[in-house]
Amino acid sequence: MPDAKAKIALELNGEPVEVAFAPHKTLLEVLREDLGLTGTKHGCELGECGTCTVLLDGAPVLSCLVLGLACAGRRVKTVEGMAERGQLHPLQEAFAELGAAQCGYCTPAFLLTAEALLLENPRPARDQIKQALAGNLCRCTGYIKIYQAVELAAARLRGEPAEPARETLYGHP
Amino acid sequence: MGTRKPTLRVVGKPHRRVDATAKVMGTTKFADDVALPRMLYAKLLRSPHPHARIVSIDTTRAAALPGVHAVLTGKDLPIPFGILPVSQDEHALALDKVRFVGDPVAAVAATGEEVATHALELIRVEYEPLRAFPDALDAVEHAEPQIHDYADAGNIHKLIDLEFGDVDAGIAEADVVREDLFFFEGNTHLPMEQHAAVADWSPSPDGKLTLWSSTQTPHYVHRALAKVLELGPARIRVIACPNGGAFGGKSDPFGHEIVVAKLAMMTGRPVKITLTREEVFYCHRGRHPTLMWVKTGVKKDGAITGMHFKSLLDGGGYGSYGVASTYYTGALQTVTYHVPRYRFQGARAFTNKPPCGPKRGHGTPQPRFALEVHIDKLAEQLHLDPAELRLKHLVPAHSLTANWLRIGTMGLGACIEKVVRGSGWREKFKRLPAGKGIGLACSSYITGAGLPIYWNAMPHSGVQLKCDRGGGVTVFCGSTEIGQGSDSILATIVAEVLGLEPRDIAVVTGDTDLTPVDLGSYSSRVTLMTGHAAIQAAERARDMIAPHAARKLELPLERIGFAESRVFDVERPERGLSFAAAVQLAEAAEGTIGTVGSYTPPPSPGKYRGAGVGPSPAYSYSACVAEVDVDAATGIVRVPRVWIAHDVGRAINAASVIGQIEGSVYMGLGEALMEEMAYRGNRNVVHKIPSLLEYKSPTTLEMCDVVTYLVEDPDPNGPFGAKECGQGPLLPVPPAVANAVYDAVGVRIDEVPITPEKVFKALRRKEKGEAPRFGPTAFPDIAWPEPTRVPPPWEGGDGKAVGQRDGRTVGQKPVSVDPRR
Repeated sequence: MPDAKAKIALELNGEPVEVAFAPHKTLLEVLREDLGLTGTKHGCELGECGTCTVLLDGAPVLSCLVLGLACAGRRVKTVEGMAERGQLHPLQEAFAELGAAQCGYCTPAFLLTAEALLLENPRPARDQIKQALAGNLCRCTGYIKIYQAVELAAARLRGEPAEPARETLYGHP
Repeated sequence: MGTRKPTLRVVGKPHRRVDATAKVMGTTKFADDVALPRMLYAKLLRSPHPHARIVSIDTTRAAALPGVHAVLTGKDLPIPFGILPVSQDEHALALDKVRFVGDPVAAVAATGEEVATHALELIRVEYEPLRAFPDALDAVEHAEPQIHDYADAGNIHKLIDLEFGDVDAGIAEADVVREDLFFFEGNTHLPMEQHAAVADWSPSPDGKLTLWSSTQTPHYVHRALAKVLELGPARIRVIACPNGGAFGGKSDPFGHEIVVAKLAMMTGRPVKITLTREEVFYCHRGRHPTLMWVKTGVKKDGAITGMHFKSLLDGGGYGSYGVASTYYTGALQTVTYHVPRYRFQGARAFTNKPPCGPKRGHGTPQPRFALEVHIDKLAEQLHLDPAELRLKHLVPAHSLTANWLRIGTMGLGACIEKVVRGSGWREKFKRLPAGKGIGLACSSYITGAGLPIYWNAMPHSGVQLKCDRGGGVTVFCGSTEIGQGSDSILATIVAEVLGLEPRDIAVVTGDTDLTPVDLGSYSSRVTLMTGHAAIQAAERARDMIAPHAARKLELPLERIGFAESRVFDVERPERGLSFAAAVQLAEAAEGTIGTVGSYTPPPSPGKYRGAGVGPSPAYSYSACVAEVDVDAATGIVRVPRVWIAHDVGRAINAASVIGQIEGSVYMGLGEALMEEMAYRGNRNVVHKIPSLLEYKSPTTLEMCDVVTYLVEDPDPNGPFGAKECGQGPLLPVPPAVANAVYDAVGVRIDEVPITPEKVFKALRRKEKGEAPRFGPTAFPDIAWPEPTRVPPPWEGGDGKAVGQRDGRTVGQKPVSVDPRR
């Protein structure tokens, strides 16, 4: 017999939402299967790769390890909530501009982890960016364009008129 | 028509990729994001035995479970398939035998994954275990029981022996002769996206199958589905979803794709499968573990007089691309430094592990590791600087190699000079404090294979192009976006030729109903081949539009130019009309404006049997310097920085090229230091670590800094001169790290990955006065076939083997020691 569905209310990407789901489901499954938000990806469903990262009350969590039920009354932010009023978030803009998304599969998780970092530390050093992103695996980029995109977005969020360095786009002379 | 502008307007700039916005918004639809009404979910039952005969399968209880809609076993899909015509040795579900732990045996479609998983537990399979082969050496030593009933000899799937000139005589002319042994451990692609597929079937009489899949090769999946399901190809549509990383791991047709198709046909409902991460490790098709022996003779100045190379590949349970992989372990030794006489002997063994196949670099990172460390040792023996030795003996541009590969532009010298200067090589090599070291290595890679996987005379890539009255253009191409940026290549090139911006170009790719065939995203072929096809289609569109603009502007045809979304007088650019207006004129006169373009690689000069692997329209080149810190107390190697220069011919999209190079360095670093497919050391041959946590790959904390240099020496065979960049830059990283470890602590680690344990052991040996080395110590005796002897071009050869007539060789006969034959 299938479990009776549980119903919770939460704030999802800034809006109140109610959702009913089988109570054993993880937040990852509830987002993808019951709320139709497939921007959140999965790479292992065991808490090993960081690909399913979303923000729960502003902090990055692995949505494959969080029960949907545990999110009742809480704030959840997914990649679908990053762009506002038709404008990409500066992190999204910088990732697109530098090619920090190649296959794009790990990208939502990196964007949200970086957003949490920049809210806490608007001027992170390269090592602090590496530490913050160390739980997210990317197999395409070698992470370098991701660091550069986070730094570019951080500068723009601070109101500085930042442009990518020439060698980022063309290589070293 | 002289309408090509002398300077490039779009090509070469660092464009934002056409798929960038969707990817940063999370709206790209990967295969597991496809969900259809009434969809069922499939799960696979996998073998717990590495090698066993299937005695019986009882699915009665599983089929009776509420929620289960269909159960499949091997006998429901008895037709074999495989990527290569010579190794059609796979079944969607094992028919009579299982060949590795994880080999799929049965499948269930149910209303949910939980029900399907429960149903698997109710299937009873009786196995008769057979002796299992944990590695290639064991398979070479024991011909029985055979893993497959076809093989060149016993459990040796493939044997190759090719000789280009008299190598023994060449080596006899040398001042110094050196022999070395190397081992490259197997590793896997580890794309972040697990494989997924969704099948939908509209029932007869007009039955049609649609499959969405995370595949790099929709065309080959299309062919495999038609074969196994005995369905006309016109009744099958394969849609390759953008891949969430692939790296070669999604370039075989897979059993699970066929299984969901069959289940959809049986149930009349859409069926999805998403592999778990553990199952992705069983799909594998990654780097072959490879044992190598190399013997080279050199003059005092480092000039090579002859080279003899042997490789033994551990193929795993099935053929996959393995025959090609085996040839590739011997094909590209000749394209960097001049090798006047060359012999290659290669063998691939079947073993009871997940099948190996093409991973980024396909069969060439292993021999490149061996060769570049071997050359480092030769340089030391000759008291020559390793950079100078290499620079002195480069293969000339626009030349033929001993094994009849045609080299075009050759920027390796420029690459070496860039990294030598950038890294401060001359100040650092042999001069850094103890524990710190620096190492150099080089490489080359093909820009697409010269020959198709299945023999045919048709183009390798096709493009259709449609011009809209509004001035937009749509490009249709079978190429598959796996993250490398292939959709953007099409947009950029069409925009360049038609004088538009990439944003004006819509791109439709990877759909066998909508797009002309492109063979797939493998062998670094996509930019070159789709690029040429796109140029041809766009030039034909230009040729259709230009006469109507010329008539309107009252100009001779040769004065018509295309740029800035306008069609205009090249001598008085202010005189002109919008591209949209020009399209409308052409459409009014000629009807719908659409064109096609296609590309077939030039014929390769080698005509001997085995000459099909190695030829390419163009070869990329890379040089790399790695800096290491080695902790002598623990053996831990850290790589703070890598300098890499890559000859890409011409960067179509500079930012994408840099991204491919950095990603290649990353993957090469992982292979150099930590990545390995490890199995428990007994006859159970169970994968030790099928998880992302235990299969170690570099995180942000292990990844090095990368200083990238682009060398652009446009190749006449490349679109706008472009050569590949997605695979080649991986190759020099492992040997550069190994050479740097030697510079740092004086021990040779002749085996990848260079783990702390190996470094530590080598350091202990050095302390004890033993050979300061970790690596293999023997290459097994193999009953090689009679060599195919091919005189190199400078010995008056014509690309054929001695005694060969009409493209067939008399040598290279398959040898079978199977007593049953």
